[in-house]
Amino acid sequence: MDGLDGVVALLVAMIRAATPLALAAVGELVTEKSGVLNLGVEGMMLVGAVAAFATAVMTGNPALAILAGMLGAMALALVFGILTLGLLSNQVATGLALTIFGVGLSAFIGQGFIGIPIEGLDALHIPGLSDLPLIGPVLFAHDPLVYASVLATILVGWGLYRTRVGLVIRAVGENHDAAHALGYPVIGIRFLCVLFGGAMSGLAGAYLSLAYTPMWVETMTAGRGWIALALVVFATWKPGRVLLGAYLFGGVTIVQLHAQGAGLAVSSHLLSMLPYLATIVVLVLISRDRTRIRLNAPACIGRPFRPSH
Amino acid sequence: MATSSTPPPELAPPRLALRDVCKSFPGVVVNDHVSLDVRPAEIHALLGENGAGKSTLMKIVHGVLAADAGEILWEGRPVRIDGPAEARRLGIGMVFQHFALFESLTVAENVALGLGTRDTMKTLSARIRAVSDGYGLAIQPERHVHELSVGERQRVEIVRCLLGAPRLIILDEPTSVLTPREALALFEVLRRLRDEGCSILYISHKLDEIRMLCDRASILRGGRVVATVDPRQETARSLARLMIGTAPPDLKERRREPDAATPAGAMLEVAGLDMDRDDPHGTDLRGVSFAVKAGEILGIAGVAGNGQNALMRALSGERRLAHPEVIRIADRPAGHLGPRARRGLGLAVVPEERMGQGAVPDLTLAENALLSAYRHHGLVNRGLVHRNRSRDFAGRVIQAFNVIAHGSAAEARSLSGGNLQKFIIGREILQQPRVLVAAHPTWGVDAGSAAAIHHALVDLRDRGAAILVISQDLDELYALSDRIAVIAAGRLSESRPTHAVTAEDMGVLMAGLFEGGNAHVA
Repeated sequence: MDGLDGVVALLVAMIRAATPLALAAVGELVTEKSGVLNLGVEGMMLVGAVAAFATAVMTGNPALAILAGMLGAMALALVFGILTLGLLSNQVATGLALTIFGVGLSAFIGQGFIGIPIEGLDALHIPGLSDLPLIGPVLFAHDPLVYASVLATILVGWGLYRTRVGLVIRAVGENHDAAHALGYPVIGIRFLCVLFGGAMSGLAGAYLSLAYTPMWVETMTAGRGWIALALVVFATWKPGRVLLGAYLFGGVTIVQLHAQGAGLAVSSHLLSMLPYLATIVVLVLISRDRTRIRLNAPACIGRPFRPSH
Repeated sequence: MATSSTPPPELAPPRLALRDVCKSFPGVVVNDHVSLDVRPAEIHALLGENGAGKSTLMKIVHGVLAADAGEILWEGRPVRIDGPAEARRLGIGMVFQHFALFESLTVAENVALGLGTRDTMKTLSARIRAVSDGYGLAIQPERHVHELSVGERQRVEIVRCLLGAPRLIILDEPTSVLTPREALALFEVLRRLRDEGCSILYISHKLDEIRMLCDRASILRGGRVVATVDPRQETARSLARLMIGTAPPDLKERRREPDAATPAGAMLEVAGLDMDRDDPHGTDLRGVSFAVKAGEILGIAGVAGNGQNALMRALSGERRLAHPEVIRIADRPAGHLGPRARRGLGLAVVPEERMGQGAVPDLTLAENALLSAYRHHGLVNRGLVHRNRSRDFAGRVIQAFNVIAHGSAAEARSLSGGNLQKFIIGREILQQPRVLVAAHPTWGVDAGSAAAIHHALVDLRDRGAAILVISQDLDELYALSDRIAVIAAGRLSESRPTHAVTAEDMGVLMAGLFEGGNAHVA
């Protein structure tokens, strides 16, 4: 491995590993900020992945495939919303069921697509920037979804803290009774946030099956949905920290893979734990301040809302 | 009775008129053909006991609930108010009893949420400053609501209301959380708003303040309007009779001479309690010392947010102390003990927050009774809950304290605030504690029930219990306490016999001007 090329390859791999986590986590962050805990991220990602892959195989159109991935996951989010917001079912149980359902559904849909090769998403070529030495290949030679994940984080951060819509979302997650008393449609706002979370999970799934490893394998998300969920909490519901956590996790994952590949004399099982440990340690360290957690954590998370009482 | 600056209100159509408004919930008729007129530029009181249907009626006017039948007229025209946004559009503003505020958001953000304005935060902050300066309602737009005292929170609600340029403001029991001085300041603001042409619908069960403030009063009893009167022509007694239906029992002068026949031993003793805040917006307690003897009531007065909260948590055992000897209960060191162990020593606690601290909203009254009383009356036998007995015990509390509820199987959340308070107090008193610590025992409780609670506390004292009452209601403290101390900025004054503390003394003490105090008021 050439020194410099090796470093570039490592950095590129880190960014690619972080992207699906960032996409799914930012979506879940918005859902949770509105006061809803959707544990179905893993299931929604899988359905998004298979829907995107199947569409790519059948149409060959990557844009359509990405859209299909988002819509597929949103369909699951819609079911979740109807059950938890409309019928007041328990959010934790419903979310778990959604994941289990998503695993089965995606495997069922994906039966005919196993082993079919597709061409992955093309990298965007940005004239000038992409040709820069070192920086070009690391930062400016990615597929659109990589940029979408960063853009989405910035937009969510800006939207939540700088716009009226964001203010209303935070208010609904903070105190749904007060929001209701002031005349905000709590259920409707939460529904939209759940759907947004679904769309972002679908995008994360589509990234996996279209770009990260362009193929369909059952349960190919390999627990990334759960990592995304954990990132939201460890990042104390702050979009910037979610991105940081995703990159940290992706980074350590790739480094330890390389270490395993290089034949480091440490058990591979221990190395595989590293990304989890590193992420937890760093995010716990930066979120020691209890007051800040109280300020950021949505107070109504997971609590069902019954209007007119 | 109108002020001279406004046209005779009888000639203009009422600003708000209700005609035969009815509302039922499963099993109860809450509003029964309620008709009511609020004239332009008047302060109209809506008076009634807990559970008389005041809050439900106001939710209908504010569009949160829909009436089953009846008509609402706004300035003479029939309207349908199908949501708070519509109420706001008409010019109806509401100051909620349990504030509709968002703790993790700033004052400006809270105001923005209540207004539907398109202003940027900067212009909105300027508008908030302008209104708060104009009416003497000091608030800072950039602070977070969780840092604010109850009085400040109410100002936020009022300013939010005023920025919507309302023509009718509804206030639901606004003084229940205020100190006397804060209440007087509020009355000034309300009078000024009235003189500027705004109508005010003032919900309360405090007879004196209604007689002091309001132009007319409608009295609601059992969901019906039983009378509309001029409160200035009435006595507190005649208003109470209308409200309760019978004459209220006299609060007999029961206070005994201090030190008459009290056993010497202090039942609750706190010596040099220092406790750092565990929350950046809390108060540090410094050198708090007092003792409550068996058979006496010690009252602790003070403006909200001066350490009452921290003191309650230190006494109840929610926060344990490193040194056991700092708190002694029934002559046993208890500072290091948790709430359960302290209750084992004979302590009972009526906490500040009813929902959450005092009762679990989703549990039934029988289950809530069990939570603190499980070691008494054989409610639990060898680890197994005796359901019948806990139902009976809850039933006794309900009966003895006149709690309006659908029996012991009702969920705590279904009770109105005052009724739940009666239940919690009753639950603790019927355990015959040796030491009772009660925070705001009659907060939000109507006159009749407050008298019943006061009697129960005095009875308990006369049976030899040591009682500590922390309250902001000075009348209550004067009526109940044998001795009074004042808490200011986390320090406690020496206690003095109640008859030796004048109102002026009280004001001085509340400002922290006492030995060892930490005066910070100019």
